[in-house]
Amino acid sequence: MSDTEADEGGNRKVKRFMIVNRKAPYGTIYALEALEVVLIGAAFDQDMTLVFADDGVYQLKKGQQTKGIGQKNFSPSYRALGDYDIEKLYVERESLQARGLAPEDLLVPVRVLGSAELSVLMDEQDVVLSF
Amino acid sequence: MKFGILVNEGPYQHQASDSAYQFAVAALAKGHEIYRVFFYNDGVNNANKLTEPPQDDRNVTRQWSALAAKHHLDMVVCVAAGLRRGIKAEILAPGFNISGLGQLIQAGIEADRLVVFGD
Repeated sequence: MSDTEADEGGNRKVKRFMIVNRKAPYGTIYALEALEVVLIGAAFDQDMTLVFADDGVYQLKKGQQTKGIGQKNFSPSYRALGDYDIEKLYVERESLQARGLAPEDLLVPVRVLGSAELSVLMDEQDVVLSF
Repeated sequence: MKFGILVNEGPYQHQASDSAYQFAVAALAKGHEIYRVFFYNDGVNNANKLTEPPQDDRNVTRQWSALAAKHHLDMVVCVAAGLRRGIKAEILAPGFNISGLGQLIQAGIEADRLVVFGD
């Protein structure tokens, strides 16, 4: 079935997708290409949840300046996620604390969960994509 | 069971593509179905027919092509990730097709399990 056929079907299945972001925003391309998956998932009307853990918490850090490394600062995109009805953003508490960060240091409102609570949330998903 | 497979790393540099291939072979041998194999991030490099590993090494791209031919696998390379890395139709090995990220989301929707092989 092509994407178009699914669109015309009008009764596409909705699954719970969780995108787990584990890498720093620059240095590797994972964060940027994971964000592209999130946007396409939302365009397909799927139930998207984002988790930021390990160095992935840096993806949401305020005040990113990328001029010195000659790369595009894509962090403003996280603030636009609400426009795509993506509102379930979770940050792992242990990762945040280990890096001396607090929710106030982040670009967008998030829910902070401990790893045990996150594992429960992860268990409730249909699809978990880890980047 | 119906599996979707996501491959996020290129061949040789990383084990992920070998593991994904071995998983696919094992799953098919057990009678499971592979709904789609989707290649993303540097995983798109698995589709490059110009790769030429030494004779005494496995040829990761050819392994995928052979598996696809034998089992009619749907192997999709992400167009955006591919263009970024020069993976275009003219260098695509047999069995690979270029399409959009929607094909990954659809694999997540249609498969019973989507298994990610990456770093």
